[in-house]
Amino acid sequence: MSLWEYANPARFMALSARVLPVLAVLSGLCLVVGLIWGFFFTPDDFRQGSTVKIIYLHVPSAMMAINAWAMMLVASLIWLIRRHHVSALAARAAAPVGVVMTLIALATGAIWGQPMWGTWWAWDPRLTSFLILFLFYLGYIALWEAIEDPDTAADLTSVLCLVGSVFAILSRYAVNFWNQGLHQGASLSLDKEENVADVFWFPLLVCIAGFVLLFVALVLMRTRTEIRARRLHALRMRARMG
Amino acid sequence: MMPDLGKYALYVLTAYGASVGLLAVLVAMSWVRSARVKRLLAEAEREAKIG
Repeated sequence: MSLWEYANPARFMALSARVLPVLAVLSGLCLVVGLIWGFFFTPDDFRQGSTVKIIYLHVPSAMMAINAWAMMLVASLIWLIRRHHVSALAARAAAPVGVVMTLIALATGAIWGQPMWGTWWAWDPRLTSFLILFLFYLGYIALWEAIEDPDTAADLTSVLCLVGSVFAILSRYAVNFWNQGLHQGASLSLDKEENVADVFWFPLLVCIAGFVLLFVALVLMRTRTEIRARRLHALRMRARMG
Repeated sequence: MMPDLGKYALYVLTAYGASVGLLAVLVAMSWVRSARVKRLLAEAEREAKIG
């Protein structure tokens, strides 16, 4: 069976109906276990004190902020190349989830930055590119709402998504391009010397899994809603015509 | 039992409160819209069958 068969709305609805409850339970479980483990059962950092506990929210949400845009980029490209409606609706469904992830990353970063850097905000490369990514998310959502014809909206938002991808990539690699920022390099690395200590790393992995599963579950739920909304719109148009 | 968060307690608790609150609002809004659209579609399909 080809992956493209799930671009058929009926097949997508049938598959997602089976998968969604499992994903929802798993994401809830990972988030509860990961956050309780991180908050209650990990030690303070020798330099950052108890603020290190913010890592369990900040790192997974920042990862998902970028990855949500990457998912929207792939879905937008599929729409532009193959014209599958489900992919355009999936991109639309992911945007509000991505904007909340970006907001959490920005908020927790500011709250963490105040005691550690002595400031809530700095025009640092990573912080600035993240703020621009947040604005792109808002613009993307506004563009979908502003255009009545769904296909035209999907076309224009897909192009906006391609442009915004530059900032999604910048958000990820800005600290490597410019070295003058306050923000540290990546907390997670395959190099054991660079990676955070195991005592923080394992609960962080569980939290990351929870955020990823929550993202997938929410995107599936919201895509199902968008498919139903599209059918509702078509039925209403038909009733008005005849 | 609440861990001793020391002088950074306010920062840590604010970060957790804001994040969990935002996630809860996102899940609730997604759920409510899903239920509303599902109900409206069921009504429209019923009307389409009758009409």
